[in-house]
Amino acid sequence: MYKILEARNLAGPNYEMLVEAPRVAARCLPGQFVIVKVGEEGERIPLTITDYDREKGIIELVYQPIGVSTSRLSQLHEGDFITDFAGPLGQPSDLTRTPIEELKKKKIVFVAGGVGTAPVYCQAKWLHEHGVESDVIIGAKTKDLVMLEDKMKKVANVYVTTDDGSYGRTGMVTRCLEDLIAEGHVYDHCVCIGPMIMMKFTCLTTRKYGIHTVVSMNPIMVDGTGMCGACRLIVGGEVRFACVDGPEFDGHLVDFDLAMKRQTLYKTKEGEAFLAWKEGQTHSGGCGQCGGDK
Amino acid sequence: MAEIKGLKRVPVREQDPKVRATNFDEVCLGYSEEEAVEEAGRCLHCKNPKCVQGCPVSISIPEFIAALKLKDFDKAYDVISESSSLPAVCGRVCPQETQCEGQCIRGIKGDAVSIGKLERFVADWAKANDRHMKCYRGRQGHKVAVIGSGPSGLTCAGDLAKQGYDVTIFEALHKAGGVLVYGIPEFRLPKDKIVAKEVENVKCLGVKIETNVIIGRSVTIEDLLTKEGFDAVYIGSGAGLPMFMNIPGEQAKGVFSANEFLTRNNLMKAYRDDYDTPIECGKKVVVVGGGNVAMDAARTALRLGAEVHVVYRRSEAELPARKEEVHHAKEEGIQFDLLTNPVEILTDDKDNVTGMKVIRMELGEPDASGRRRPVPVEGSEFEIECDTVIMALGTRPNPLISSTTDGLETNRKKCIVADEKGETSLPGVFAGGDAVTGAATVILAMGAGKTAAKSIDEYIQKKYAAQ
Repeated sequence: MYKILEARNLAGPNYEMLVEAPRVAARCLPGQFVIVKVGEEGERIPLTITDYDREKGIIELVYQPIGVSTSRLSQLHEGDFITDFAGPLGQPSDLTRTPIEELKKKKIVFVAGGVGTAPVYCQAKWLHEHGVESDVIIGAKTKDLVMLEDKMKKVANVYVTTDDGSYGRTGMVTRCLEDLIAEGHVYDHCVCIGPMIMMKFTCLTTRKYGIHTVVSMNPIMVDGTGMCGACRLIVGGEVRFACVDGPEFDGHLVDFDLAMKRQTLYKTKEGEAFLAWKEGQTHSGGCGQCGGDK
Repeated sequence: MAEIKGLKRVPVREQDPKVRATNFDEVCLGYSEEEAVEEAGRCLHCKNPKCVQGCPVSISIPEFIAALKLKDFDKAYDVISESSSLPAVCGRVCPQETQCEGQCIRGIKGDAVSIGKLERFVADWAKANDRHMKCYRGRQGHKVAVIGSGPSGLTCAGDLAKQGYDVTIFEALHKAGGVLVYGIPEFRLPKDKIVAKEVENVKCLGVKIETNVIIGRSVTIEDLLTKEGFDAVYIGSGAGLPMFMNIPGEQAKGVFSANEFLTRNNLMKAYRDDYDTPIECGKKVVVVGGGNVAMDAARTALRLGAEVHVVYRRSEAELPARKEEVHHAKEEGIQFDLLTNPVEILTDDKDNVTGMKVIRMELGEPDASGRRRPVPVEGSEFEIECDTVIMALGTRPNPLISSTTDGLETNRKKCIVADEKGETSLPGVFAGGDAVTGAATVILAMGAGKTAAKSIDEYIQKKYAAQ
């Protein structure tokens, strides 16, 4: 059991959680993820690490509840326990394995979308601590959904953009990136983390400018330890597994269309389950699954 | 008359195929006390028992059967537990026909003694009567780390604990048991009734189990040997990532590896409404492959309500699965499309599986495995309609440990290299089971765990004698 030290609601639908997990905190690096499971009946949920404190043995996670399992997680409070918390999993970001002198020569831009801002923070902070500067574009649909802006500002040069223009610049992250380039910014390394559709279009943009781009893939996973093969992707024409080969890959080689199709596989079942969970005893059968007798 | 009767084994009761095809309860119901004693009476108590040679963990088979015949179940259990930490598991999932029972003299003229079912009876009797293996507590104090809580790790840990070592098992998943929990289905190996109890038994020997620890990521082998003070490490991390065929359509929605399908259903209990993990099992399922894993996936899909076909490229004689599994699968209504090989998975415009294009095969000259090589019959392609495809083609080793342990030798297939004593290229590091051999059986993994336990004991004794 893993103790929750803090839990709070962040911008919009997002939640932040500090969890006591000394083994994970001792060895994790930016880019890696953990598997979280609530209760005996819960799913194994992969969540990318937002921050860590090695001395105190604490892991910070930011996530957006979307289904039954993540919603159940969001109902836990400070002092509660998470049943299972496994990690760190996946490969650390390539940046952490690049000599610092080389990193200092790179012009790095992070493109963060939605809840993907959290794992970007982990990497930007790591670079900052190692004396490497970076730019971060935080994209959100609207002002209320912009997250971690203040924290991010302490570790990087931040540009916020909202789709509806309610805060910061106006438009999608791709437009912001192109604007920054037009304003004279030069980049040779991009790390993009967010919804798959956003990563796809960011990659199309960076390809135009010849900027090497790394994306963090979040396909469906079950065990997350290199056993089940659910998280397979096609990268550069080959089958790769996000849980052990990734989650970060060369974005210009990822088959996003395929990845997005595969991601929808359980959409109907998840939706039905979520509805049944939300409505509980009062469930009226709108899920189409139970025949309306519950 | 008595002579003729002795040729046949006492039949074991099973759930009716029509009934069991709709539930996940155990198929085989096991012997009653009377049946077990009667079957035990068929053992000839050979002076030179071939059955023991056929057993990878060398259980003193005639001895336990003799005790069983005298209804001394306590003694029968003690005899078995001297050699095996997981008798209730082995009695259910060992391929006895190629091991102990395959060597039985009774089998030359008539049926071999039903050794597996007798072992199962004794183990189940022990559970029902709350008989545990003798408990020991770390009297030596030397620490051994075991990676993986599958059959190999549990055996190695159990044997070392019996000798007084302070053993900790590190398990990557949230539940102990390895393939016994995530791979083999409930209807063949009940999880709460059998696996959890066997794990408890090993814990009762003083073994600690730490779940959610991924060796290579949460902690490295080097750290275990230095910072955490372990004298030796046993790697029993099991098989790894599933293999695919690399045919068109294999990434479509509705194509699963058997590992994923079985993990969802067994470890995550997706077949039960009260568990959150979903499973997508269509109305018509094609399972590709002919091993035990293919049978498990096929019979699971059947129980989830699908019509199931097994597509296998060789003929029935070459099916690598246990005979009992094939027999059970057929009884339950699974159809076998033999000498058939997938060419392409067909999809609709939304990338959902709609069918499979296959080709007829014929058997040619024997290949490296000694089995006749299947060759495609030109122009014999045809289509099978289906909405789900499960690939059960075997696995490749998991790279987590080998890629994070400097100096640990692996072979061409990326399996960890270990000699017949279980020693790897690193001093103090031992390995066995699927991580070394590639996907094999529960009992072979247990045999390797047992051998390694002996080697680890020798290694540690020598290490401290030299000091």
